[in-house]
Amino acid sequence: MSVRAIRKLQGDNRVFRARIAFSAALMLMAAGGLVVRLVYLQIVGHEHYATLSQDNRVKISPLPPTRGIVYDRNGEVLADNLPSYSLELVPERIENLDGTLAELQELLGLSDEDIRRFRKLKAQHKTFESIPLKMRLDEEQIARFAVKQPFFPGVQINVRMIRTYPYGELTAHAVGYVSRISETDLKTLDPAVYSGTYHVGKSGIEKTYENLLHGKTGHQELETNVQGRSIGVLNTVPPVAGADLRLSLDIALQRAANDALGEYNGAVVAIEPATGRVLAFVSKPSFDPNPFVYGIPKQDYDRLQGASDRPLYNRALRGVYPPGSTVKPFEGLAGLEVGDLTADRRVSCPGYFQLPNSSHQYRDWRKGGHGAVDLKSAITQSCDVYFYKLALSLGIDKLSEFMGRFGFGKRTGIDIPGELPGVYPSKEWKKKRSKHPWFQGETVITGIGQGYVGTTPVQLARATAILANRGRMVTPRLLDATQGGTDAAESESRQPAGESLAISQEHWDTVIEAMVDVVHSARGTAKGIAPGLDYHVAGKTGTAQVFTVAQGQKYRESEVSKEMRDHALFIAFAPAEQPRIAVAVIAEHGGHGGSVAAPVARAVMERYLSGGTP
Amino acid sequence: MRFDSRLAGFNAEQTRFDRIMRRIHVDIPLFAGLMTLSGVAMVVLYSASGQSFDVLLRQGVRLLLAMSVMLGIAQIHPRHFRFYSPLLYGAGVLLLAAVLVMGEIGKGAQRWLDLGVLRFQPSEILKLAVPMTVAWFLAECPVPPAFRHIAVAGAVIAVPAGLIAKQPDLGTAILVGAAGAIVVFLAGIRWLYLAVVAGVGAALLPVVWHFLHGYQRDRVLMFLNPEADALGRGYHIIQSKIAIGSGGFYGKGWLQGSQVQLEFLPEKSTDFIFAVVAEEFGLIGCLGLLGIYLFIISRCVYISLQAQDTYTRLLSGALTLTFFVYVFVNTGMVIGILPVVGVPLPLVSYGGTSMVTLLAGFGILMSIQTHRKLVPG
Repeated sequence: MSVRAIRKLQGDNRVFRARIAFSAALMLMAAGGLVVRLVYLQIVGHEHYATLSQDNRVKISPLPPTRGIVYDRNGEVLADNLPSYSLELVPERIENLDGTLAELQELLGLSDEDIRRFRKLKAQHKTFESIPLKMRLDEEQIARFAVKQPFFPGVQINVRMIRTYPYGELTAHAVGYVSRISETDLKTLDPAVYSGTYHVGKSGIEKTYENLLHGKTGHQELETNVQGRSIGVLNTVPPVAGADLRLSLDIALQRAANDALGEYNGAVVAIEPATGRVLAFVSKPSFDPNPFVYGIPKQDYDRLQGASDRPLYNRALRGVYPPGSTVKPFEGLAGLEVGDLTADRRVSCPGYFQLPNSSHQYRDWRKGGHGAVDLKSAITQSCDVYFYKLALSLGIDKLSEFMGRFGFGKRTGIDIPGELPGVYPSKEWKKKRSKHPWFQGETVITGIGQGYVGTTPVQLARATAILANRGRMVTPRLLDATQGGTDAAESESRQPAGESLAISQEHWDTVIEAMVDVVHSARGTAKGIAPGLDYHVAGKTGTAQVFTVAQGQKYRESEVSKEMRDHALFIAFAPAEQPRIAVAVIAEHGGHGGSVAAPVARAVMERYLSGGTP
Repeated sequence: MRFDSRLAGFNAEQTRFDRIMRRIHVDIPLFAGLMTLSGVAMVVLYSASGQSFDVLLRQGVRLLLAMSVMLGIAQIHPRHFRFYSPLLYGAGVLLLAAVLVMGEIGKGAQRWLDLGVLRFQPSEILKLAVPMTVAWFLAECPVPPAFRHIAVAGAVIAVPAGLIAKQPDLGTAILVGAAGAIVVFLAGIRWLYLAVVAGVGAALLPVVWHFLHGYQRDRVLMFLNPEADALGRGYHIIQSKIAIGSGGFYGKGWLQGSQVQLEFLPEKSTDFIFAVVAEEFGLIGCLGLLGIYLFIISRCVYISLQAQDTYTRLLSGALTLTFFVYVFVNTGMVIGILPVVGVPLPLVSYGGTSMVTLLAGFGILMSIQTHRKLVPG
């Protein structure tokens, strides 16, 4: 080893020793710090922590936030919180739980289901938490229990806020409802956020905006003695109430739409075209959401679930109906834009259509035919043959692509969960689902909105709004503004201006004029609703076949049972020149669109535009 | 060695024992300290695991395995460590990258490398490879190292630490980074540079914050104010403090801690096992446990002061200080003076891979101590 190397080694060693000494000092200081902290916790704080540990059970009690209120556009309350008396048990403080439950059942006349539900809840909560046995006690039950309370340690009556829906059935499919947190919910919910909350949004607006509505849970740190009694509050973090929501829904309009449907089942969706705001969202029949909040009895639920008219089914959102002739204005645009159609070319309609080399007759709804029709009169009179030919000349793929621009076969993105996309078929689509190729005949019937085509009412309403906007896209949306909540500030919910479809003004004019003629001309299929209107309505009727009439036979409404009768459809917007409302109506088994669905749409538009009764 | 030869006449029996131990490369005081610690750990773990023999058995098997690794490594001459340091480092970094790529494919946090039979975390290799490699590099540099040397060492540390942080395993990344930084410190980095590095580090904190995952941010925030989320994440700390404080001076007695036995204390057999000691054995127990750690650490300090060349000095010093950092970070977290980073209490917490790495480190220390040339006075 060279002298230099040895010197370096020695020098290194000197520095190293100094650094080790420094580190040793640091380590001793750090260890000293640990010891000081331990002494602080274990000697100085011992008594404090010993108390906390002796009864760790009621240490932290959650303070649930108040759920946000839901209003309609005019400030009418659609979902509210009302105080309700509930009988609650703290299992830990009850010596003989089974005995107590049996006595309470006897005393208050509780059902076996109440007991069963309680046991389920008990399994989900800690034994020191107060768990509701029966919500919404009536006056008599409260009085009965009050007398016997001293004999029931660990049982108490608490006031809890309970969600109520003052409009019941009318808003059930739009606003939705909250219900008790289920075991499946628990898998996705943060238990810290939901400690002390027993309800969560299950459908509709209540589900979509759960995060906004719920608010932030606060808590109390309670100092307790050995018996588990609270002897003081150490610290309180108050809860933050959920945000109040203002919806674009107009409850008066909603009621008008619901009433206008009369005895028919079906759906009505009304949209403000400029913004996509949903003004009415009706699915009929409906159900009362209030029992779901405190726990609907099983037999009632089964009855709703099993009813043949399916009241729990959200038709506006998930009902997939053949759109029938309501697609014709859109297809007319397709012919003008992507096909070689001109508005004034005439097509002869003998009352039926045959594919070359086929004897199958595709019938027109009018037996004798419409004669020679151009595009406008084909829409106005809803000539089927014209659109059979149009669809065939465009081809299914071109047609399907164009219709997709208006949202056919796609979810609209409305802020209600569970929407179905419907179908607008293409060759590709069929290839994925069937081993058969696409047949030309299927293109033909697609031309009149039959066959594989399926649309939801909300989809139709949106397509109509885009038509009213002359191509500007909108997304239907119920939430208008939020107030309060964890963000504190009021915020308007705006959506970015949608893109516009590139379609020439001239073509819009043609189609919209034809739609005005549907209502206002003598040959229009919905001319019956024109009298008394002091503005122009652009509309289109539709009749969707539920039942296939055999070749060579005639469909007679009176001969077909109600379940097999056609669905009546109508889409419209008004005023035609400056649209303020776009509506889609489906009346199940209503027969003709013009006579059944159109008056419903008229009632809605009149209510909205004139503010009066139709 | 004059001192030794005088002792020889005084107690020939023990000298022969010492000689044998030296021949099989076992450092008696260090080994005794580790065995005591492991014994205590078993007692505590029995209570923390809810009196599970199954857990004890598994921990015992791991301990046995790790001890054999330690003794095996002690047989290797330090010059081999030195030679293989960069190779080990390179292999470790490659494995880290592999794990990260596989993690990307598997979509999610991935720390484990699955070699069919064998499953291990490559980050464990780096806990040793980083200090070894930095020591290997800086041992050849002048003292104090020049700025460029520091820069190279910094890169050697930053690459694996960054990869580990990306897994994401912030706790291990910090420990690996700390191990490397300690070598740089021991190698005699100028105080001025040290201050600059510390300053830059502090300035970079907001940037680091930006890259942290949500849950990592939560942990830091929660540490700063545990009561803010008493129902969720703050629960660990609050319950841990109750366990420790309620233990008092003498503790509640073995198997008698209500916080532990009634399951109020989370992660009680792994990261929060120190709280079990504190609750059941009190301040006395804590001081005793810290005493054992300090004994082990002082023996290691002694070994590093005795080391005969720069590489072994730096390496042994770094291993020693890193071990202290492990102990301090864990206990500091449990008693609520440091944020909750998932670092186990060395050799006491239940769990496998880190134990092998730790004892491998002690194997290196034993090798350094027992392979010294006994140069006369």
